[in-house]
Amino acid sequence: MTPKRKRLWLLVGSLCVLGAAAALVLSALSDNIVFFYSPSQLAEKHLPPDRRFRLGGLVEEGSVRKEAGEVRFRVTDLQRSLEVVYRGILPDLFREGQGVIAEGTLGPDGVFTAREVLAKHDEKYMPPEVAKALKESGRWQEGSGK
Amino acid sequence: MLPELGHFALILALAVALVQATLPLVGAARGDIRLMALGRTAALTQAFLIVLSFAALMQAYVTSDFSVATVVANSHSAKPLLYKISGVWGNHEGSMMLWVLILALFGAAVALFGETLPDGLRARVLAFQAWIGVGFLAFILFTSNPFLRLSPAPLDGNGMNPLLQDPGLAFHPPLLYLGYVGFSVTYAFALAALLEGRVDAAWARWVRPWTLAAWCFLTLGIALGSWWSYYILGWGGFWFWDPVENASLMPWLAGTALLHSAIVVEKRDALKSWTVLLAILAFSLSLLGTFLVRSGVLTSVHAFAQDPARGMFILGFLLAVTGGALALYAWRAPSLQGGGLFQPISREGGLILNNLLLCTLCATVLLGTLYPLFLDLVSGAKVSVGPPFFNATFVPISFALFAALCVGPYLGWKRAELWPALVKLRTAFAVSVIAMILAAVLIDRRATLAAVAFGFGVWLILGSLYELADRVKLGRVSWSETKRRLRATPRASFGMTISHAALGVVVLGAVGTAAWNAELIRTFRIGDRADFAGWQVTLAKVVPVRGPNYEAERAEIVVTLDGKPYTVLTPERRLFLVQRREVAETSIHSNLLRDLYATLGEGDVQKGWTVRLYYNPLAPWIWLGAALCALGGFVSLSDRRLRVGAPKRSRVIVQAAE
Repeated sequence: MTPKRKRLWLLVGSLCVLGAAAALVLSALSDNIVFFYSPSQLAEKHLPPDRRFRLGGLVEEGSVRKEAGEVRFRVTDLQRSLEVVYRGILPDLFREGQGVIAEGTLGPDGVFTAREVLAKHDEKYMPPEVAKALKESGRWQEGSGK
Repeated sequence: MLPELGHFALILALAVALVQATLPLVGAARGDIRLMALGRTAALTQAFLIVLSFAALMQAYVTSDFSVATVVANSHSAKPLLYKISGVWGNHEGSMMLWVLILALFGAAVALFGETLPDGLRARVLAFQAWIGVGFLAFILFTSNPFLRLSPAPLDGNGMNPLLQDPGLAFHPPLLYLGYVGFSVTYAFALAALLEGRVDAAWARWVRPWTLAAWCFLTLGIALGSWWSYYILGWGGFWFWDPVENASLMPWLAGTALLHSAIVVEKRDALKSWTVLLAILAFSLSLLGTFLVRSGVLTSVHAFAQDPARGMFILGFLLAVTGGALALYAWRAPSLQGGGLFQPISREGGLILNNLLLCTLCATVLLGTLYPLFLDLVSGAKVSVGPPFFNATFVPISFALFAALCVGPYLGWKRAELWPALVKLRTAFAVSVIAMILAAVLIDRRATLAAVAFGFGVWLILGSLYELADRVKLGRVSWSETKRRLRATPRASFGMTISHAALGVVVLGAVGTAAWNAELIRTFRIGDRADFAGWQVTLAKVVPVRGPNYEAERAEIVVTLDGKPYTVLTPERRLFLVQRREVAETSIHSNLLRDLYATLGEGDVQKGWTVRLYYNPLAPWIWLGAALCALGGFVSLSDRRLRVGAPKRSRVIVQAAE
């Protein structure tokens, strides 16, 4: 093989690897990105059932009920709210009136079944999506404490 | 008084760093020995001043000096001493102090151990290091001064985030930063080489120990962070593909690629500009990681409260560091003379494949991590990219890497044959396939991917050990001859074998924990029993306990095996008194082959307590393997060639046109 030929093969080999990787990435991206909605945004969309997404907002004051192995609470963006049910242990920083993100699916009864409730390490932290959704609903200002 | 001294020392350090960043460069350009030697003195002075400043800050924390604002915000007099010390870097200001401290210590190390470097190269390396120092010192002094005073001083502090009051997390940031900042040395070497216009085998030998040291610390730092999230977050998982975790994985992948490509530069005098590019990228990715963690642009389970202004500064700095380096690269790289062409089937061909795959992995992680930001900017849609994406992309590409990994070391330099290498590995291959089939049939018939990964884990361990056995001709020559060969084997080869096999150990641990685990969440009243993964578990009692700065309820969960007592798990729920925050403390029973893991949720006597139990087979191997991986790096670091090599330029290389 001439050097030119060799270089060509090396290039073809590299492109094959990169191409395969790109194909993997693109197919994985289209299947696996999870959208974020606030309760108000959700009301405007009509999502197919079993579609996994993230729901974010504040945990409504006085809405948390703990039953056997199950927690029910409402997530609100201060305009609309949505009932959430979660089986399992809530993160340590889960509190009423604080920001929360839950990942799961919306059932036909309009109740959101969370598979995961995101924890935070710091109580001053507000997830950026939640902050933005609350600002859009016009009921929350940066630095208002919550 | 001491905090003011610390503040003053920090300002002086900035002035010294400015001198170190400029004059040695001028000296190197003019060939002025005295100006070049200034770099060494300045680096040592700068390190001394920053150590002084850091010590002053630490003193304020240890003695609980509540006239200092950051101490008030992050410490409390009732905290145990270890957490008073780790509290120094458990917050934004302090962690930036730790960053510049390590940066200055690395600079001093280059000045001290760089005796064999040519004057010009050393002066330039120290100058580029100092530029990074200038950026971060200015950042601290102008936006995040840890020495600000409060008047009047409060009686006590606000305490530290309880999740961070943990021995694992006390040492996680220093190790991680040793890794991140270690790559700054490699970065400085790359820029100096670009400026000089020459990269050769000697350069590669000088750079290698620094890359290797940074890589080892980064490996340990990542492992410690993963271990911490495993036992403190109570989810039973070890890796969540969270942006903050990905931020530390990307420099590790780029650093691993760099370690391997530097070998090609050293042995074959090729892949030069690629290696320089990798050195720039590894440090840029470290800075990107810092930016992602500190700016809060991405939602992360590990996110802390942030300040957007600080994020903007780091972003600007990141652009300057990366953009400046890439501009210099674009200008100077064409002057680096490339080596010859390769045979695809050769050691260097194998190392190129390694680099290709590692960089693809790194790009995949980068894409998955930044895609939400990108989509938000373009369309405003808020999305997250989670584990399914990474499992679908990262896993298959790493399989390709694992498959090639054992074959590479068998290939000779320049020109090799693939078939003889494969023949030598036939036993390892056969055993791996058998292990794979057994795993698929015996453990879990549905988890095909897990069985394949298990087979690859076995393949990595056996293949690496086979290579060593082959090298010393184990069993084919007399034992004394084998011992002689073992002694003659360079430490770097041992390091390679250990690290490669350790990767297999990590893979086995990850497969066991992720695919073959069992989980039980249910509500237990006192005396309730349940069957779990072959054991019987009973909640015996829940008792109140008191710690130094918390009150807790501790559950006693009795585990029996066939009626015989096996162990007692004692998970706790701690209420930290200063912050009024509850934190779950997991209880793990480990026998190095599997973990039995329990966390305690909320509850009371009437309703019972929510308890989460995990059975994680092979889980300890993840961190054991990671530690072994770093050990392999340290063994390689102790190689004679790197230690006393006093590498002189091996041949005269025509200097590129200035």
